[in-house]
Amino acid sequence: MHDLASAAVEAALNAGARYADARVMEMRTESMAARNGAVESLERAERAGIGVRALIGSSWGFFAVPDVTPAAARRAGEEAAKVARASTLVPGRDLELAPVEPAQGSWASEVLEDPWSVTVAEKGDLLESVTRAMLDHGADVAEASHDIWDTRKWLASSEGHRIDQHIVECGAAMSATAVGEAETQRRSYPGIRGQYGTRGWELVRELDLPGNAPRIAEEARQLLTADACPALDATDLILGSEQMALQIHESVGHAVELDRILGWEAAFAGTSWLDLRQLGSLRFGSELMNITADATLPGALGSFGYDDEGTPAHPVDIVRQGLWVGALSGRDSAAQAGMPSGAAVRADGYNRIPMVRMTNVGLLPGEQSLDEMIAATDDGIFMDTNRSWSIDDKRLNFQFGCEIGWEIRGGRRGRLLRNPTYTGIGPRFWGSLDMLGNRSEWTFWGTPNCGKGQPMQVGHTGHPSVPCRFRGIRVGVRG
Amino acid sequence: MSAQPSEATADRVLELVRTRASSAEAEVTVRTGNQALTRFANSSIHQNVAEELSHVLLRVAVDGRVAASSFDGPPDEDGLARLVDGALEAARASAPDADWPGVAPVSHAPDPDHWDQATADASPNERARRVAAFVGAADGLETAGACETEATVTAFANTAGQRLNGRATAASLDGIARTATADGSGRAASMRLGDLDGAAAGGRAAEKARQASDAQDLEPGRYEVVLEPQCVSNLLQFLFVYGFNGRALEEGRSFARIGEAQFDPAISFADDATDPGQVGVAFDAEGTPKRRVDVVERGVTRAVLHNRRTASGAGTESTGHSIEGGDAWGALPSNVVMAAGDRSTEELLAGVERGVLVTDFWYTRILDPRTQVVTGLTRNGAWLVEDGRIVRPVANLRFTQSFLEALGPGAVRGVGSGRELVSGGFEGAYLVPALHLASWNFTGGAQG
Repeated sequence: MHDLASAAVEAALNAGARYADARVMEMRTESMAARNGAVESLERAERAGIGVRALIGSSWGFFAVPDVTPAAARRAGEEAAKVARASTLVPGRDLELAPVEPAQGSWASEVLEDPWSVTVAEKGDLLESVTRAMLDHGADVAEASHDIWDTRKWLASSEGHRIDQHIVECGAAMSATAVGEAETQRRSYPGIRGQYGTRGWELVRELDLPGNAPRIAEEARQLLTADACPALDATDLILGSEQMALQIHESVGHAVELDRILGWEAAFAGTSWLDLRQLGSLRFGSELMNITADATLPGALGSFGYDDEGTPAHPVDIVRQGLWVGALSGRDSAAQAGMPSGAAVRADGYNRIPMVRMTNVGLLPGEQSLDEMIAATDDGIFMDTNRSWSIDDKRLNFQFGCEIGWEIRGGRRGRLLRNPTYTGIGPRFWGSLDMLGNRSEWTFWGTPNCGKGQPMQVGHTGHPSVPCRFRGIRVGVRG
Repeated sequence: MSAQPSEATADRVLELVRTRASSAEAEVTVRTGNQALTRFANSSIHQNVAEELSHVLLRVAVDGRVAASSFDGPPDEDGLARLVDGALEAARASAPDADWPGVAPVSHAPDPDHWDQATADASPNERARRVAAFVGAADGLETAGACETEATVTAFANTAGQRLNGRATAASLDGIARTATADGSGRAASMRLGDLDGAAAGGRAAEKARQASDAQDLEPGRYEVVLEPQCVSNLLQFLFVYGFNGRALEEGRSFARIGEAQFDPAISFADDATDPGQVGVAFDAEGTPKRRVDVVERGVTRAVLHNRRTASGAGTESTGHSIEGGDAWGALPSNVVMAAGDRSTEELLAGVERGVLVTDFWYTRILDPRTQVVTGLTRNGAWLVEDGRIVRPVANLRFTQSFLEALGPGAVRGVGSGRELVSGGFEGAYLVPALHLASWNFTGGAQG
């Protein structure tokens, strides 16, 4: 496969590219979904192809073919250069690449139980049984699913990169919906998007879906008659680690993507409130806030050995003791910003151009347990499990909703609250962080549906997180 | 590109299924084509991409046990055999699906003729020229956006004898112009690249950006709004996905009540794949012709959309609104058409006592599907309107609003006469006008 990639690169160079790289990818996926006691869909897919990136002037040209033959590889290389050359009709400043040592190597994610070795019947039994359990415990609609992504890729570049990787990702999700007179309530486990990692079927077994199905169904039913989250201009807010993963993803992860900061995503995904001139001096949050982007974390969904332009994975400090110190970058964006590549460029398939994506962007743990946070809170609200998420195009103003909330009074968890929401402005919100969960609560949440780019790409990102407490937060915004 | 359909591949897949499992039901979709997108930012093209498409999807049912399998690649004999074997193996290992509705019966699908050979053959230079026109018309303002073309040829066949062919092209140009303090958007979409006027879109974006500059905050609260077409398309997406969806209705999660006047009498909309202003083919992922469905007529909810599974559950027939990979969502729209009114945007604004003109919505998310409470923000230009005149630009606002109430009886004060084609979620396309609504709940400024 490396020879195919090299042939594509050579064709692009011969057609005028000053740099080119090519990825040959084979992807195999399985997705099964059950609803109300029966498997409703089982979909498997195989995709193989070559994607070639060619650099001419200020623009990348990219061409992909669903064909792994030498002729197709050469054609893709030639077409990539042709597409790049067309960009010179609307030119900009020449695009440079941050220097890296051309890597040659292999990497594979660790899999303890091959998900393909688990029979379809066993997988189906699991999903059907948990949906039946949820129906038995009060759900009106019960859903469960699993997904497997198995990707092999071979990279070659005109600088001498020659890398192959085999990444297996796996996980599952389930939810219970209760239908009331005027509204619906939903509880998900382990999170709204489930839980996924660069692991095998052992991850699904560890989730213990059967052990949690009755509880979430009962909670969904209880929420229908719970009191509504009060509308308060300021209260103490404790967020569970799953909601914190969403908070990190939306208000930190996207904000520190260097392509957004440079305006490359301005028309679609948006820009960022961050200004590179403030790197190293801007206060992003309280001193408890330490965020890293680390693709080397074993088993996390955003882990890999090399990014999709061949830069070895390495941890990057993003926020250190509340100060903004780093960004997610690739070779092109890093060169423009005058920094080394952060190895954060990935594509969601052979047919998409690699772009800046989150790796495992998460909080480093602190000292407290969730119980200690609740005990230390006299008057506040605890919310968990993301339900809705909306944030402006600069990643500054957010309003997030959770599936479930509890009132906290006198250091104790009290009555259940439905439709909890909170809203804030990124740096003010993070500045109010005053309690941080400890290492025993550190969870590597996986987000398998991060949309970005045109044409749209679906990224898989990881978010190590812990429960946190924030002070003086507006909650209970209603329509 | 060639417009030759891929019927032979579809037939070969069915033949392979029959030789391996003579009693199996099967449906196969073969799609070929190309997709290209020229992306610009900081007023220059920075990402210019293109791909060839070759996709085969097979769904089989063996004694009521169902599985789907697909692959991207040349449809050679080895690949097709592997596809068929994989699907049959997975189906046989699955539990029986008691609600499997069977494959679609034979029926005719009209050819909406949403094809333009010049768009199918469009070169990267042709897209770049439209980008150049957009950038040039912004007259020095920084610009960003994308010009996209797509051409697909689809062949469908199933073991019940249904055979369909369709082909479609689509093109869009969507961008912003930026001042130091504001963005403005301009866009166009059609089945023909030749219809896209880059200079007009760029000029509109620049005009909006300049007029939106130096905006001031507006006190949160309820205001009248004039929503431009992108906002209206967004609003309808939520109504369709969570409401006019046979699955949501069957499960009691939908707000829709057939026969009730749930909307203002000024509101009528349908899903109609044959509308000449629309894009796409006239059959769905299950090979069912897409029927015109009048969903809301003069404010009265008339129907919801169905795929074969939801239709079976409801004791009716599919309306042709299954999308590939969309089983969990239910039946979704592909070609929404809202009836135009009789007022220009200026006339809509003239009727506003005190309200906000909104160009685009951004990052809208549902809080409750039954009540259709949605939160989101304005983007690319908003203005305060008083006594029928634009008074000043306002900074982006967050809203938390029931979309159902916003279009409810007595809530619509005017419907625009012009319509724009806007791309929506789940690959749907929305041909919609601007609306003047009586009340919209702005819950905060974007700066806090």
